[in-house]
Amino acid sequence: MNWLALKMLTGDQAKFLGLVFGVTFSTFLMSQQVSIFVGIVARSGSQILDVRDASIWVMDPRVRHFDEAPAIPPTELERVRGVPGVAWAVRFYKGQVLARLEAGLPRNIILQGLDDASLVGAPASMIAGSLSDLKRPYAVIIDKSGYEYLWPGQPIRLGREFEISDRRAVLVGVCQASAPFITLPVLFTRYSEVLRYAPPQRNTMNFILADVASGQDAAEVADRIREQTGLLALTQQGFFGNTIRYMLSSTGIPVNFGITIALGFIVGVAVAGQTFYLFTLENLKHFGALKAMGVNNGRLVRMILLQASAVGALGFGLGIGMTALFFDRTNKITHLAGLHLYWQAMAGVGGAVLLIVMLASLLSIRRVLVLEPAVVFRGS
Amino acid sequence: MRALFKTRRPAATPRPELLPEAALSAPISTIDSPPSSAIRCRGLTKQFGTGDASVLALRGTDLDVSTGSITLLVGPSGCGKTTLISIIAGLLNPTAGEVEVLGTDLGRLTPDALVEFRARNIGFIFQQFNLLPSLTAAENACLPLLVAGRPRAEALQKSRAMLAHVGLTDKYESLPSQLSGGQQQRVAIARALVHEPRLLICDEPTAALDAKAGQTVMELFRQVAVHPSRAVIIVTHDHRVLHYGQRIVHMSDGRVERVENVPPPTAQSLEHSPEVKS
Repeated sequence: MNWLALKMLTGDQAKFLGLVFGVTFSTFLMSQQVSIFVGIVARSGSQILDVRDASIWVMDPRVRHFDEAPAIPPTELERVRGVPGVAWAVRFYKGQVLARLEAGLPRNIILQGLDDASLVGAPASMIAGSLSDLKRPYAVIIDKSGYEYLWPGQPIRLGREFEISDRRAVLVGVCQASAPFITLPVLFTRYSEVLRYAPPQRNTMNFILADVASGQDAAEVADRIREQTGLLALTQQGFFGNTIRYMLSSTGIPVNFGITIALGFIVGVAVAGQTFYLFTLENLKHFGALKAMGVNNGRLVRMILLQASAVGALGFGLGIGMTALFFDRTNKITHLAGLHLYWQAMAGVGGAVLLIVMLASLLSIRRVLVLEPAVVFRGS
Repeated sequence: MRALFKTRRPAATPRPELLPEAALSAPISTIDSPPSSAIRCRGLTKQFGTGDASVLALRGTDLDVSTGSITLLVGPSGCGKTTLISIIAGLLNPTAGEVEVLGTDLGRLTPDALVEFRARNIGFIFQQFNLLPSLTAAENACLPLLVAGRPRAEALQKSRAMLAHVGLTDKYESLPSQLSGGQQQRVAIARALVHEPRLLICDEPTAALDAKAGQTVMELFRQVAVHPSRAVIIVTHDHRVLHYGQRIVHMSDGRVERVENVPPPTAQSLEHSPEVKS
C-alpha cells in the first residue's frame, strides 16, 4: 500500500510540485536565515576566538562586550602577572580609529595592538607578507576583506603607505581573519605603534591577554585574577559568550531574524499544510472507496503519513541544498564570506519541517478518520 | 479477529472461483446450482440526525437475497436504497434491526472484523467508478488484492486476467483519463470481481454511461458477475435495465414495497427490450 500512497501523491504533478515547493521554500528561508543570524551574531565575538594563544581575557569590570572596553592602567598588567597560576600576561589594544588612504579618502578601521615582544593575538594565517615584518616601523597588517574594502578591485600590493589618525602607516602584510560584526577592516600593529595611532588619553591598554601555567584550570585562574585585582577576568569562551549574550539581549537582531524565521515556518505550514489538506480533500472519495474495499483506518493513517513524510523529506532536501548552494556562492563575496550553513541550523530546521509535516497530516488524518465509507455511494 | 471470521464463515458455501470461459459466456439459467441465502435483513431502521432535524431513511425494512442471481433495488430518490446497501455492505450501522450477510451477523462483528469481512467478501461498483486517476487500469483493478495483502506482481497478473474477461485486453496500461465512461466502468467491474467476492454491490452502475455503454455494462454483469455462490445487488433508477434482474425489489419511503420475480430472459425478449436511458 506504500506504493499506492506514493502513486496517489505523485499522480497530480502540479499539486505534488506545489507541496514540495512549499516545504522547500520554507526550509530554505528558515535554514538560510538561521545560519545568517548565527553567523552575524558569532561575528560580534569572532575576534575573541581568533586569539588562539591566550586562554584568559582581563578587562575593566564594567565591560559588557568586546566592542565596549574602557582603558585600564598599565600597572594592572603587573598585578595580573603576579596572580598565582598565571604563566604570562601581555597587553592588548582594540579600538576604532580613522584611516586616511592615499587619495585622502577617510575610512573607519578596527585597530588591534599586539604585545611588541610576543605578538600574542596576531593573525594565524597570512595571505601576503610575513608576521615578522610587523616589527618594522609603522608596520600594519590588514585582513583580506579589509584590503578589498579599502582598495576595491586592486591586487594585493604590500608597501602601501597611508595614514592612521594622521600618522604614517605602512602595509606589510595581508592576513586571513574572521569578519567582525561591523564590516570594517581589521588592522594589526604592535602596541608601541598603537600609542601613536590611538586617540591620546591617560590609559591606552584595554585588555590583558593571559595564559595559565601548566596544570592550572583557566576558569579557576580567571576567578583568582578577579578576586585579587578586581578586574573582570574571563576565559576565552566566557568572554565570547558574554559578547554574544549582549548582542542577543540588547539589539533588535534576534527579533528581526526571528520574524523572518517565523515567517518561513508559517509559510511552510500554510502552503504545505493547506495544499496537503486540499490534496486529501480531493482524494476523499478515493479514500472512501479504499475504506469500503477493506482498508482500515490504521493503514490509511500510515499512507497519509508516508505521503507527508515523502513531501517533507524531498522538500527539506531541496531546501537545504539551496541553502548550501547559497552559502557556497556568497562565500566568494568579501563581506558575506565566513557565513555558512550550520549543522545545528540544519537539524533545527529539520525538526521544524517535521512539525510542519505533522501539522499538515494531522488535519488530513482527522478528515480521513471521520470519513464515512458510505460516502462512496453518494454520486457527485 | 481472523479467528472470528473463520468461525462465523459458513462452511457450506465455498468461495467462488473464476468460471472457465465457457461458463462465463453461458446464460444464467444454465448455471446449475441451488441458490442459498446471501442476505437476510429484518426490521432494519436507520435514522440520521437527532431531534427535529432527524430523518428516518429506513423504517423496519425486511429483505432476503439469494445467491446465483441479480437483484435489482429500485425506487424513487430518497426511498432508502443507498442506505440499505450501505448497511448490507457494513458501511453504515443500522439504528435497529438485524442484518446477516453470507451467514454472518454484521452487528456482532467488531469494527476491525467488519473491515476484514468487507475486504474478503464484498465487491463494490460505484456510480462514479471511483478509479484512482494516477493508476493504470491494471493497477486499479488489482487494488482489492493488494488490500488483502497479496504481492503486487501476483495482484497485477490476476487483474490483467480479469480485465481480459471484461474485454479490456489492450487497455492494461491506460489511465482512467484515457478511457471512455463505459471502459472505466468495466475496469471498476474487474476491480470488484478480481478478489472473487461472494457479494457484489453496485450503485447505479449505468447512471454515468450513455445508452449503449449502459447496455454493454449490464450484459457484462450477466456474463461475468453472476455465479452460483455469489449474490449481486444493483441499485438503479434506470427502468430500462430492469429486465437484467431476476428479482426486482421495489422500495418506497424506507420500506420494501414489493418484490417481483422476473423470468429468465430469452433471446427474443432481449432483442425487444427497451433501450436504456440516453
